[in-house]
Amino acid sequence: MDELLDILSNNARTSIEDIAKMIRSTPEEVAKRIEAYEKSGTIRGYRALVNDDHLPGERVTAVIEVKVQPEREGGFDRIARRIAGFHEVVNMYLMSGKYDLLLFVEGDTLREVASFVSERLATLDGVLSTGTHFMLKTYKQEGVLMDGDKVDDRLQVSP
Amino acid sequence: MSQTSRVAAHIKALPFSGIRKFFDIVASRKDVISLGVGEPDFDSPWTVREEAIWSLERGATHYTSNRGDPALRQAMARYVARQFGAEYDWDTEILVTVGVSEAIDIALRTVINPGDEVLYHEPCFVSYRPSIMLAGGIPVCVETRREDQFRLTRQMLEKAVTPKTRVLMLNFPCNPTGAVLERRDVEDISDFCIRHDLLLLTDEIYAELTYESKHVSFVSMPGMKERTIFLHGLSKAWAMTGFRIGYACAPPEISENMMKLHQYAIMSAPTTGQKAAAEALERGDAAVAEMVAEYNRRRNYLIAAFEEMGISCHTPAGAFYAFPFIGDLGISSEAFAMRFLEEHGVAVVPGDAFGASGAGFLRCAYATSMDNIREAMRRMAVFTAALRGG
Repeated sequence: MDELLDILSNNARTSIEDIAKMIRSTPEEVAKRIEAYEKSGTIRGYRALVNDDHLPGERVTAVIEVKVQPEREGGFDRIARRIAGFHEVVNMYLMSGKYDLLLFVEGDTLREVASFVSERLATLDGVLSTGTHFMLKTYKQEGVLMDGDKVDDRLQVSP
Repeated sequence: MSQTSRVAAHIKALPFSGIRKFFDIVASRKDVISLGVGEPDFDSPWTVREEAIWSLERGATHYTSNRGDPALRQAMARYVARQFGAEYDWDTEILVTVGVSEAIDIALRTVINPGDEVLYHEPCFVSYRPSIMLAGGIPVCVETRREDQFRLTRQMLEKAVTPKTRVLMLNFPCNPTGAVLERRDVEDISDFCIRHDLLLLTDEIYAELTYESKHVSFVSMPGMKERTIFLHGLSKAWAMTGFRIGYACAPPEISENMMKLHQYAIMSAPTTGQKAAAEALERGDAAVAEMVAEYNRRRNYLIAAFEEMGISCHTPAGAFYAFPFIGDLGISSEAFAMRFLEEHGVAVVPGDAFGASGAGFLRCAYATSMDNIREAMRRMAVFTAALRGG
């Protein structure tokens, strides 16, 4: 991966001036490259990595396995786009194996997610079956461990 | 009878490490941003820690053979071959030690007769000179210079060599300067060793941490393997300082004599550490590459920050230390370090803790987070501006 993208992927709030120093470039050049990435769609956006477990209230996430009927023309893509369009669906992947699509669905309550599955998802033409698993706790997200702060307990000066 | 009179005279005469005094001062303060730490801020890769835990679970809590666990020595032989370009016999030429520190000690004691001269370079790691002295050798220091990027050159060595010189001791990439040797330096110095029939003791613990070009090992040079004790370990590149695993590769006759010292003083290196080290050598490459990329960004940041402050710093091409020059600010290294700590809460190590020729320099380790580095540099800009202003 481009070093610039690597730095932003780790911490999107790294300043343009700092990035310039880190990759031996100039702030102008870095700004130009970031803009180019944004325009081309390589950078799709910036957001905080939130630990949902720390938020007040209940937020429910379900992982749903979906079997669908692929079409002669377009394969999985048309039905996949119809499913992905729902705002409740936050991540979605085409998988190999026993089912076809893997969905991460979010809602405020268990009931909300359940009704999405039974009333909207399962009833779509082309959806053959669904299997729903509710997430209980997040240990790691986007490569980041969600609990336990690291303490630097090294000697303060060593040879 | 006083207690100190019970201490052997030659041990009493041995100075404390210059870094120790500074350590005590820093330890007495709270909330210090430290650029004084000579070890990675990363924790050991998880796969390494997992292997250590597993080894404990299945009861690998006994001695290993004196030389070290065969599986580890075989992994070391494979690693040295692929990374440094030399084939060593795992059974007769590799010895697993308690860090490179032990390897330095037993290597010197194995090859030095009383009165032998040992050439080494300063500024250097704090233990070199005392270790030579403890082994009965006479330390002969060659001073590396900022104008040479702190590289060691053949000309410098030719001036210092005498008929009594037996050993040349090197550490590149270098703690504290961050200097590396280029291929032609390695060729020249190899030729120097052969010409003067010297044994080379080369501590290449920072070999993986180079940022401008790939490390060139002395053992890859023709005619050098048979006159070299090659030292390497897991502490730095794999962030495994606490596991205490180093190793020495040497011709069988030298290796087996080093093994005698190791056997009587140590028995065998810690077993948990050995299990973890084997995992690191076999499956640690990706973790090392990730850490190297991060060190490089911090290094670049430091160099740019020094430049902005008008502080001269040679390009530190290896290890994780920058060695900026502050001698033109009208303040000694020690006074700078003391005042920077007291007035701004940042710890750096005075360059002369690593030998007299380090006077006028500071060792700034970038084995700490980008946030710490940024803040430390911000404060250093304020401090140096004040020094210049008045």
